[in-house]
Amino acid sequence: MVKKKIIVCRCEDLTLEDVEKAIDEGYIDLEELRKKLRIGMGPCQGRVCLPIVMKILERKTGKKIPKESLPKARPPIIPVPLGTLASEEK
Amino acid sequence: MRIQNHPIIDFKQKKKITFYFNRRKLEGFEGDSIASALYANGVKVFTKSLRYDNPRGFFCGIGKCASCLMRVNGIPNVRTCIAPLKENIKVETQEKLPALSSAEFNKQHKKTLTVDLLVVGAGPAGMCSSIEAARQGASVLLVDENMDVGGQLIKQTHKFFGSKQERAGTRGIEIAEELKKEIKKLQEQKKINLMVNSTVIGYYEGEKGKHRFGVVKRKGYSSIFYEVVCRAVVFSCGAMENMLLFPGNDLPGVYGAGAVQTLMNVYGVKPGNRVLMVGAGNVGLIVSYQLLQAGVQVDRVVEAAPVIGGYHVHAAKLRRCGVPIYTSYSVKEVYGRNCVEGAVVVKLDENWNPIEGTEEKIKCDTVCLAVGLTPSTRLLSQAGVEMEFIPEAGGYVALHNRFMETTVDNIYVAGDSSGIEEASTAMIEGKIAGVAASLKLGYNQNAKKLLKQYLEELDRLRSGPFGEKPRIAKEKITKFLEKKT
Repeated sequence: MVKKKIIVCRCEDLTLEDVEKAIDEGYIDLEELRKKLRIGMGPCQGRVCLPIVMKILERKTGKKIPKESLPKARPPIIPVPLGTLASEEK
Repeated sequence: MRIQNHPIIDFKQKKKITFYFNRRKLEGFEGDSIASALYANGVKVFTKSLRYDNPRGFFCGIGKCASCLMRVNGIPNVRTCIAPLKENIKVETQEKLPALSSAEFNKQHKKTLTVDLLVVGAGPAGMCSSIEAARQGASVLLVDENMDVGGQLIKQTHKFFGSKQERAGTRGIEIAEELKKEIKKLQEQKKINLMVNSTVIGYYEGEKGKHRFGVVKRKGYSSIFYEVVCRAVVFSCGAMENMLLFPGNDLPGVYGAGAVQTLMNVYGVKPGNRVLMVGAGNVGLIVSYQLLQAGVQVDRVVEAAPVIGGYHVHAAKLRRCGVPIYTSYSVKEVYGRNCVEGAVVVKLDENWNPIEGTEEKIKCDTVCLAVGLTPSTRLLSQAGVEMEFIPEAGGYVALHNRFMETTVDNIYVAGDSSGIEEASTAMIEGKIAGVAASLKLGYNQNAKKLLKQYLEELDRLRSGPFGEKPRIAKEKITKFLEKKT
């Protein structure tokens, strides 16, 4: 039986190990983790992973995450073809 | 994989639809999503993961997790769990980051819509908001991502609790049918404009106090952009299933409870033959019982807490059917090559740490996660409403007053996105938001009396012992709000 990986972010294929390692290296807020690992930047935009990453971060650092440091959810919140976004009125 | 006999739902014989999966010719039924049709044909692996080539299928089954993306008729990144199955379509596994499509799918023109009230999400809260607002006289645009209205209500085959007024004793699916009919009637009277297969993708500030949104409507498998300008908005966007961390947690066969419920109660497809249920809250208990009704075995329910979280009526029903509930137990890992083949459960000590030597191997092909929900608040945060983290509400929620209005003028919330609760309270919150929003816009058909009545109903529903958690959540929200103002 091969031990499977523990996946934190399905979109970017990030494991618990990846996240813990990054935190150990000093990336200790969500914004830094996002820039380092692309947490929350896949097609689901963090809907699966963000609550988990917040828990891991709080456990590892022993600190509450201030809400100011939460990544902003920017439009579009789902993948949209650029052609659709750029379309003009008739 | 199709359910043949069901004690509650009548899966009528529907028209057959032929489609192709990686050149294989398959058959589904009218009304299927692409994902449900694939699943009914035994296809569980939809794609490979980005870095590790892990096999992947859907997880949430309701258009939120983006784990089911495939190429359809040459168009990449189609969310197959909410995309309708159509005759002769070509569904393909896409290679990780898909190549740009050569298909001409963007020859659509942008459109603009102006309404009094935009309602985001047509679940129990959103349907009730729309109906109430339309009755008050407001023009309503109701937008939902799924193929049809109803949200999670169309999957709730169990009877509701509460008092008679709040429809106790009625099944969720029956209430959904009634609400659907009412919406249809109001649509015919041009009081509600319904857009299904559509997603509100972003908030943009409007002029003169108005709110502006981008909405994308999927037509075929391409999409049209709508600019929506409204005077008020109700966010009833529901919630997202929580994920758990264990080795193998991304294997096809590990699903959120919502996905399992959707597969079996909407599409009539069995999620598997033998299920391990994780979580003994109401969702876990109810879905376990629904699995038995669909003819699926439930090996056991494991619950990490030392006590069962859900109603004891549901737990007792399960036990009578021979399904054991293990408290202080959790999943240690899930194994399998391409799909779930089994799981290992383990006993937890009082500090929730696994006790070595208590591992037990279970044969199952499905692991169903019913470990709570997180409110969907992304659009709310874009709109700039004040949010706070409230554990009893399931995570970050928008602060709102008793009329469900947030800290931004004419922006309302209702249902799970205002704090995780139940469909019965979601419906009343929706009604309150719908009437209150209309009243503020100047529509008043006995509105004040209705509001008073609905507020009383809501208090009554929450007054029981099971209303404790949401009661605490709402009290905290009120306290935060008082501090702000």
